[in-house]
Amino acid sequence: MGLLDVLLGRSRPVKPNLDVLFAIPSAAQTLQAALDLQPTGTGSVCFKSAEGAAAAAAQTDLTALLALDPATRVVVTRDEYGYTWVTCTRPDADLPALVTDLHAVNTTLADAGFGPALLCTVIGFTTTDRGRRLGLVYLFKRGTVYPFAPTGAQTRDTALELQIRAELGADIPVEPDLARWFPIWGAPVP
Amino acid sequence: MPTRTRFAPDRQLSVRMGLTVFLLGLVYVAFVAVLIVLIKSVVLIVLIAGGLLFAQYWFSDRIALYAMGGKEVSPAQAPALHAVIDRLCALADMPKPRVAVADIDLPNAFATGRSPKRAVVCVTTGLLRRLEPEELDGVLAHELSHVAHRDVAVMTVASFLGVLAGLVARVALYSGMLGGRGRRNNQDNNFVLVALVVTVVSAVVYTVSFLLIRALSRYRELAADRAGAILTGSPAALASALTKVSGQIATIPTRDLRAAQAFNAFFFAPALGAQVSLATLLSTHPSLQQRLDRLADLSRQL
Repeated sequence: MGLLDVLLGRSRPVKPNLDVLFAIPSAAQTLQAALDLQPTGTGSVCFKSAEGAAAAAAQTDLTALLALDPATRVVVTRDEYGYTWVTCTRPDADLPALVTDLHAVNTTLADAGFGPALLCTVIGFTTTDRGRRLGLVYLFKRGTVYPFAPTGAQTRDTALELQIRAELGADIPVEPDLARWFPIWGAPVP
Repeated sequence: MPTRTRFAPDRQLSVRMGLTVFLLGLVYVAFVAVLIVLIKSVVLIVLIAGGLLFAQYWFSDRIALYAMGGKEVSPAQAPALHAVIDRLCALADMPKPRVAVADIDLPNAFATGRSPKRAVVCVTTGLLRRLEPEELDGVLAHELSHVAHRDVAVMTVASFLGVLAGLVARVALYSGMLGGRGRRNNQDNNFVLVALVVTVVSAVVYTVSFLLIRALSRYRELAADRAGAILTGSPAALASALTKVSGQIATIPTRDLRAAQAFNAFFFAPALGAQVSLATLLSTHPSLQQRLDRLADLSRQL
């Protein structure tokens, strides 16, 4: 914020950066090679739905757009904090196709004027024995990604997360400020 | 790719706030000019007032938390509260402030701290008990907007003049009374006259700057309401929280009210409840009706 904004008490809504998402498939290869983590084929976009008719119209558009791709199953849910999750599932676990779907969701929302309301996109990973779950959380406003590995209702595997941070540093921009690695308990993904 | 936002900027509010800041600056410059002409040793007064205000600004987080009995809470102690703030900070792309809870029944919230990195957001247990999750979201977005707008810094700088003028008025009055007694020659008469003029000018400056600072505070509340409502996308939730909080403050026992009065400027809703016509000029917060009207305007734009 500039000095004028401070003096006049204005804050500008932050615009999202949508493109880093396409770097996720290459990061997925690193995850698979180093830690035996595979994509589950599920990803979710989280945004704060506003009140009013425009918001309702955008959600209808979204469902119509994604219904065009028969291989993707789309579920829209609302969480306890009032955020909406658009969850896309591909049974074939085709990550590049999933990323394209998620990007389409994001673009639809951003074009409808909901860019500032986009919170994050989460893409799910799991180990072959399904023992560990991991979500790569993409923060739109920062253009960075951080790992989130829940192990229970309110506990997370910090060691695994830090391991992933070290592995992925070269592939994608990992969020440097650890205070922004906020937990997303109860999210549909991972 | 251009990203559109559905909110038109509120030019009227910006213009009013700009005008208030400008007038405040004008009064400031005029006052300093008069001081320099009338008394030669301004440096000491400025140093004392500046030092006091700087301390208040620098330790604002600790002072306010101590006075309100707020205690910092970890994510393990208040997971839901932290989750709401985490999400709002990610939406607004701002660093996460520290989170504190004050164990009092007065439903209110405040944000303080000298910079966004050192900020603290404090809510009372009374607020947590009374509000629905969406309403709490709205209140916290309002407080985070205060942090983003650097309201503690702006209001401290703005109130510097008022504090300085009050101090000068008092010093000049006392020195005038002391110097004017006993001796009767031309030089002393001049001194008394100068002291009298300084007292009057300072008193006038104090009054004018006081009114302007209160106006500025009200505009900044409206600005924070607006930014908070845009951030959460639901002006109605914030409006409903305001009605709940303001309605209940009026029914709280007086002792709590007096204890909380000094912090009105940083509060979400003033602790004195509904005030009558003349008092609106002096209040730190705009009237509930005005805030609700603004939020309704915003809601219609959606």
